[in-house]
Amino acid sequence: MQADITIGEALREQGISRRSFLKFCATSATLMALPPTMAPVIAATLEKKRRPSVVWLSFQECTGCAESITRSDSSTLEDLIFNVISLDYQHTLQACAGHFAEHIREQVIEQQDGKFILIVDGSIPVKDGGVYSTIAGMTNEQILKETAQHAAAIVAVGTCAAYGGIPKADPNPTGAVAVADLIHDKPIVNVPGCPPIPNVITGVLVQYLTFGLPELDPLGRPKAFYGQSIHDRCYRRPFYNKGLFADSFDDEGAKQGWCLYKLGCKGPTTYNACATEKWNFGTSFPIQSGHPCLGCSEPDFWDAGSFYSALSTPTDNIGETIIYAAGAGVLAGAVLGGVHHARKKSAQRHHQPVGIDDLEKES
Amino acid sequence: MNHCASDTLSDITTGNVLPLLHEIRHALQRWLDEGVPHIIDLRALPMATDEEDQLIDMLGAGEVHCNLSITGKSTALETCFPGVWLVTHYHSDERIIGRYIEICEIPAILKSQQADARGGLDRLDELITGNT
Repeated sequence: MQADITIGEALREQGISRRSFLKFCATSATLMALPPTMAPVIAATLEKKRRPSVVWLSFQECTGCAESITRSDSSTLEDLIFNVISLDYQHTLQACAGHFAEHIREQVIEQQDGKFILIVDGSIPVKDGGVYSTIAGMTNEQILKETAQHAAAIVAVGTCAAYGGIPKADPNPTGAVAVADLIHDKPIVNVPGCPPIPNVITGVLVQYLTFGLPELDPLGRPKAFYGQSIHDRCYRRPFYNKGLFADSFDDEGAKQGWCLYKLGCKGPTTYNACATEKWNFGTSFPIQSGHPCLGCSEPDFWDAGSFYSALSTPTDNIGETIIYAAGAGVLAGAVLGGVHHARKKSAQRHHQPVGIDDLEKES
Repeated sequence: MNHCASDTLSDITTGNVLPLLHEIRHALQRWLDEGVPHIIDLRALPMATDEEDQLIDMLGAGEVHCNLSITGKSTALETCFPGVWLVTHYHSDERIIGRYIEICEIPAILKSQQADARGGLDRLDELITGNT
């Protein structure tokens, strides 16, 4: 662990010039929606700080979040963050394994008590004593609580760590929960997304190291990256404003790039930086590629109704049911509950796959 | 609502080019009068597809064009309007990751950094020692 040298010293040891570091800080300021005049402030602050130790715990996850932050095959600005921090424990990236790897985690806890940053990706299963995900004989819940109590702050990377994500989707067989459901006495910064944008993960770390805990929204997300909805920054917004919508994925409106609201876009209720930062090194994002936003940075997005039904559509076909129940309003809730239960049982019994025709029929 | 089936993205503009030119003009006047520099982050502003290119074409290219190799390419060129610089940062795969208009004597990224110079001094000492 080289957590006792400054970030500036660490960069010079790596042969990275201060001019390169200024470039990194300038683009970081842009990323954090700060005025460009803050770039020298970020540089002056960061280079004097001790290189922080970081422990990255991975639980019920697909490794997509770790893949997101490591998308590079040459020296890049994203790589620079790994020169700014001392990543002392991370399952995918670390060279060692087994008891020695776990010993490193224990060493960081002992030597950097109260100072290291804890990054978590993946949800934590708690059902049946947490047996659905264990590492080195310990449940994820045990590892999280043991490590978190010594951390300075926690960054929950990805929708799974932030809100439970895919493992928490109905019926949640493992009892998956978010970091914030188990840890209540440490500052937690949620960086959701499935996965989060690489620059956002890096930007949050830079922001925390430079300015301390960022300003968070009610869902614990940094406002610098999650303060605006996809809808607010979508380049197709002028079409929404003019009432020009694609009605199917291959109609003339879709070909002209019209708004995807009617095809199920969750942009109006989704807060993320996709519309400005984009994906694959700024190439594109789902809406630009012709697919509606899934809302992957929001809690329970998997259970929020069809990805292909417009936001204004009710989540179930209740038309006929309501007609019969209208005369006895007090029974409407029970009837709806029965309809839901019957549909779920029928789907489970028949295991019917859903095709694109079914999706288009429902909308 | 009337709409034309041929409405496409290229028909959309933000109208930000002229306000930006005004901002540059005011910043240049202030730099001349008071010596206060100004930076505009073009990536922080909503611009339509061709508007950034339109603005850069209007600013043109002046006497100075610098290429930098700093964790990927960067360029700093003085526009047709002395004191108005266009600084562009590229990723190692050539995509643009930052673009700024700086109204100043010289952009900070072009200046030599003391920390780098100290490292250079050590290497120069080694070079001299190795050759004596």
